[in-house]
Amino acid sequence: MIKQRLIVQKVCFSFLKIAALLNGAALAVILYFIISRGWRAISWEFLSQAPRDSMTAGGILPCIVGTMALCLVTIFVALPIGVASAIYLNEYASQGKLVRFIRLGINNLAGVPSIVFGLFGLAFFCIVLKMGVSAASGGLTLGIMTLPVIIGASEEALKSVPNTYREASLAMGASKWQTIRKVVLPVAFPGIITGSILGISRAAGETAPIMYTGAVFFTPDLPASILDEVMALPYHIYVLATAGTQIEATRHLQYGTALVLIVLVFGMNLSAIILRSKIRKNLRI
Amino acid sequence: MQTHIKMHTKNLDFFYGDFQALDQVSIDFIENRVTALIGPSGCGKSTYLRCLNRMNDLIAGIRVKGLAMLDNDDIYDPSIDVVTLRRQVGMVFQKPNPFPKSVFENIAYGLKVNGMKDKAKITRIVEKSLKQAAIWDEVKDRLNESALGLSGGQQQRLCIARALAVAPEVLLMDEPASALDPIATQKIEELITELSSKLTIIIVTHNMQQAARISDRTAFFYMGKLIEVNDTDTLFTKPELKQTEDYITGRFG
Amino acid sequence: MKRQVIDKGVHSGFLLIALFSITALFLIVVFLFIEGIPILDHVSIKEFVFGKYWYPTDDPADFGILSLILGSICVTLLSGIMAIPLGVMTAVYLAEIASPKVAEIVKPIVELMASMPSVVIGFFGMVVVAPFIQQVFDIPVGLNMFNASLMLAFMAVPTICSISEDAIFSVPVALKEASFALGATHFETIVRVIIPASLSGICTAVILGLSRAIGETMVVLMAAGGAAMIPGSIFDPVRPLPASIAAEMAEAPFGGEHYHALFAIGIVLFVFTFMFNLLADYVSYKFRQVGEASL
Repeated sequence: MIKQRLIVQKVCFSFLKIAALLNGAALAVILYFIISRGWRAISWEFLSQAPRDSMTAGGILPCIVGTMALCLVTIFVALPIGVASAIYLNEYASQGKLVRFIRLGINNLAGVPSIVFGLFGLAFFCIVLKMGVSAASGGLTLGIMTLPVIIGASEEALKSVPNTYREASLAMGASKWQTIRKVVLPVAFPGIITGSILGISRAAGETAPIMYTGAVFFTPDLPASILDEVMALPYHIYVLATAGTQIEATRHLQYGTALVLIVLVFGMNLSAIILRSKIRKNLRI
Repeated sequence: MQTHIKMHTKNLDFFYGDFQALDQVSIDFIENRVTALIGPSGCGKSTYLRCLNRMNDLIAGIRVKGLAMLDNDDIYDPSIDVVTLRRQVGMVFQKPNPFPKSVFENIAYGLKVNGMKDKAKITRIVEKSLKQAAIWDEVKDRLNESALGLSGGQQQRLCIARALAVAPEVLLMDEPASALDPIATQKIEELITELSSKLTIIIVTHNMQQAARISDRTAFFYMGKLIEVNDTDTLFTKPELKQTEDYITGRFG
Repeated sequence: MKRQVIDKGVHSGFLLIALFSITALFLIVVFLFIEGIPILDHVSIKEFVFGKYWYPTDDPADFGILSLILGSICVTLLSGIMAIPLGVMTAVYLAEIASPKVAEIVKPIVELMASMPSVVIGFFGMVVVAPFIQQVFDIPVGLNMFNASLMLAFMAVPTICSISEDAIFSVPVALKEASFALGATHFETIVRVIIPASLSGICTAVILGLSRAIGETMVVLMAAGGAAMIPGSIFDPVRPLPASIAAEMAEAPFGGEHYHALFAIGIVLFVFTFMFNLLADYVSYKFRQVGEASL
């Protein structure tokens, strides 16, 4: 009887293990195709030149620069607002209706579909604020979308700061703001940065919010100001794969661009994951 | 001998929400003496201690009634700046809690947040505070190393030095030796006795021998009430109340 | 006193900034409605939501989004059928069975899955999965509901898995030990004690995972086939709500009927995900584990 139960357990555990492995396998398959077919497109020329011949040849430099420009605007918007919101929620607010209201707002903002952010950015930043299709409009849209991620990560980092630090500082006659600025934030800083990298990497890979707010099909020049329209890696993949007349002929460029985007996004993620595990180890001591 | 009452409370009540944690507590604390607060866990002694520098303000939903005075100032008066109060009434916590900064920065922190900019003066006070806390010889060669590298006992004396740096008039200590080994505890106790010549010290302890060793006066708390307060010698040898006698002879608690 | 004034100012400043998120959400709603409501000059709400024909560029145009709504729902449900078991099983494996070493490897894999840009997944569905299922199932087009659901499942698994894992992980050890002490095997303990105890967290995870799937754009834009018709089988092409908006916004003249109709679709999509989120919030708040006494 007990033997039978243990056999059941063994079989079921194997299923669970297979499920977990399936995730890894799926990721591996996608990576295999993108890498094996994309790396041949990668060359110095590909990374350092603009597209030529109606985007059937040449490189993706404007897309790389454009994506970076969008990310920069995103950081400028989301990091200060996100960290400040987290400071309010974790350090100042007491539990109550106002906080629950604010949290409800953040949770729902996190759930808004990316294309809806795109619609909002188009109607608000591009049209009402007259910023047009530009790195600024796209970056602001991405910034609002990234906000909940950064708030969440910053709150987690602030929570991990032992309360005794705050008490010790206050007991010495430091004001609350001095305590936050000089004790709490320095300790929470690595965690905040980790979370922010994760948020920005997500923004870098997004397409739908920038399709009509920041990114364009093709522009021969690199952006000179944040009010210029830009090309972006994710949108470039979409455009090449669906909208050209040479879809089959530019396949290698599509794979190449996808590979560059994945390297960029995963690179940010891996560095954040490694940084975070280091922080956790430090906290345990 | 002339004695000055440095701090006192009169009929102090304290509530966490609906729960009354302190009931009509009145104690006088004599200047430059050590007063020990004893009693079983949950009797309100720590809560009381944290009322004296308004550390309880950090908790939501608390309420204080009655009087708490530092010299001639009501510390719960709205016109009192709580930040200034906490500089005057310092605190050392149960577990050593140095900041993850260097030894030097830990001590200098209180001076800097209180607006001191003169580097030479800061250096001088850091050295003086570390000497006062009897830890100078152990850390003078590693002032720029992280304070987290010190042993538990050293960390706690560092925290005392840190509290002394801002020149408090009263020092609150919340079971400062409970996380330490016997040797480190002995050092802390010696330090407390030494400091008491210039400083009013109020210490919470669950260890009655400790209270008997280091304090001039002792207050016994039970279930949120002050049961008895007296000179330590009197309280431990001739307690007035049966309840106190039961506790100090170990019959409950 | 000066520091006290600064402190008060800083406090109010942070409060103002913290209100930014809710303001942004409010603005999003306002603009969706400003730009979306005018479509009601042309069609009634009922015609819009239950109309079967979506021919926005015809003259006169048809603005019925039933087929788009059904497309979204079908694709989401099908992806849920794939992603929920996989996500929850992975979570159980990670939280209960895997050794810390294995977990340390699998967790980053799940996180990397979550961070994979959606356009890459859509692209993969288009160029690799589509020809593959076309061949295997011998069907005319590989860009269809099944393909899109498969890709969406890939995106929903990390959400479902990580939130479920947190819920399972927070089940008190005492409950587990009690079950072991009664002679239950580890597997029986998982099924009878741990999963029931973490059910509200798992439900929240599933709701948020599906919410992410229904709002996802690039995957359904690239891999779902894009036909605005009510699907009859899982191998029919569909055109979910987000795909419609993304595909047509470029050709919709600013301020025209079509433009307003797309914003109205945005409202519908927003309402869907908003309800999902409120539900998740409600479930996690109402049925949150209180101590050990919630079994």
